[in-house]
Amino acid sequence: MLEIKNMTYEIQDNGQTRTILDDVSLQIEKGKILVITGPNGSGKSTLAKLLMGIIQPTKGQILLNGQDITALSVTERARSGMGYTFQQPPRFKGITVRKLLEIAAGEKLTEEACCNYLSEVGICAKDYLNREADTSLSGGEMKRIEIATQLIKHSEFTIFDEPEAGIDLWSFSMLVETFNRLKARGDRGLIIISHQERLIKMADDIMVLSDGKITKKGKADVVLNQLHCDKMTYSI
Amino acid sequence: MELNQTAKDLLKTITDVEGPIEGAYNIRSNGKGVERFSTENIKIVSKEDKPGIDIIVKPFTQKGSVHIPVIITETDINDLVYNDFIIGEGADVTIIAGCGIHNSGHAKSEHDGVHTFRIGKNAHIKYVEKHYGEGEGTGERVLNPTTIIYMDEGATCEMEMVQIGGVTSTQRETQAFLEKEAKLVVTERLMTHDQQVANSNMIVHLDGEDSSAQIISRSVAKDESVQVFHPIAQGNHVCKAHIQCDAILMDHSKVCSIPEIEANHADAQIIHEAAIGRINNEQLLKLETLGLSEEEAEQVIINAFLE
Repeated sequence: MLEIKNMTYEIQDNGQTRTILDDVSLQIEKGKILVITGPNGSGKSTLAKLLMGIIQPTKGQILLNGQDITALSVTERARSGMGYTFQQPPRFKGITVRKLLEIAAGEKLTEEACCNYLSEVGICAKDYLNREADTSLSGGEMKRIEIATQLIKHSEFTIFDEPEAGIDLWSFSMLVETFNRLKARGDRGLIIISHQERLIKMADDIMVLSDGKITKKGKADVVLNQLHCDKMTYSI
Repeated sequence: MELNQTAKDLLKTITDVEGPIEGAYNIRSNGKGVERFSTENIKIVSKEDKPGIDIIVKPFTQKGSVHIPVIITETDINDLVYNDFIIGEGADVTIIAGCGIHNSGHAKSEHDGVHTFRIGKNAHIKYVEKHYGEGEGTGERVLNPTTIIYMDEGATCEMEMVQIGGVTSTQRETQAFLEKEAKLVVTERLMTHDQQVANSNMIVHLDGEDSSAQIISRSVAKDESVQVFHPIAQGNHVCKAHIQCDAILMDHSKVCSIPEIEANHADAQIIHEAAIGRINNEQLLKLETLGLSEEEAEQVIINAFLE
């Protein structure tokens, strides 16, 4: 289980303290999907970065299977079983798609294995394996490769920061299928930051953030009903 | 002459060959030729007027292979050599050159190689030159290669010029002249560290119709090292050229990149791109999220960039 307990994140802005996340608590179990949604600027991506150790909280704790990982670095968290996908994945001159997949796997991969992972995200593998993960790839292609690195990496919990951003509708359908397959395997928990109704509807649990505070949290059907009652709009 | 272990290790580093070399070869050690082998199609002969060799590849030779490594294990040596490559029409040959210096003394060890290529009509060559320096002495390790390439109609040439480290200073001069439909791809990869200095000047004259050139320079500068690149593509006919210079800066190094393009024909298409910068934090972070430490991530990025 992954737990966040009473997490607060503050920054200093022109001598003033600004609270970006205010006393946020949540938990998620393996085999489940938690979707964190809310308006832009509500603190969703900040929460994702705190979970992965990219930034450090002002207060609060993160527990992975009961073990406090709050002070662990990004590398240590990755090795402890946390995964993270970037909203806008960085590009690398010289690093091939295959090399990225092998780094994620922590071992050499056969061409067949690479192809299987890439097929899962809708990429025709042989054309891509030896291409560099640089600016010659489109945003959508990079995003799919980014998700493939997390399919390969052995993580207990994986954070997807707006996985739908920058991908086309066709790729989006593949993404939904990928999340469904991952959930069906039951061996990892998925934390998805998203505005997308189709992704929100896949959730077991939903958390709504607004101005850094949790405004709704609970089982998906209950929260979805409340959201519809509130006439909250989604992008489709 | 039997090579000692240091020389053998150097040889392996610059040629990637362990054991007997296949095809034609000439091994030069401390300013003297020590071993040579010519094949039916590839003749290697000593020059009579100056130090160096002529490598003559018969027309239409297929899958030819030539190794011409140079090693220096003595201190206080200045080895100047002129090598001419005469590649016959329609030949296809791979040439592995390179120089390794092991300087354990306190005086300078220097190798200045002047390589001239005359690549015949529709011939194809792949040329790989690897430079490397090592040694516990304080003596400088200096490598100053000059490369001149004349390409006939339809000739293609792929050049990989690599400096993998340990070279105190290098002054690289490259010139190419391309006739009709000739195609040149030059990839230069350099790593400097400590107080090393690297200067590279390159000029490609695209003289023939539909000739094309691609110049790719990738370098990593560490510590206090300094690098200056000045590639020039000059389009004198209907032609295409692309110059791309990328450098990773580390520590307190300095890199100056001056790509220059010149069009002397209305249908010359020439592009240049240049970028210098530190390793991006997001790149490090991405690899850290896959479980690499910061140092491991840095090494992966540098190795891949220079690969």
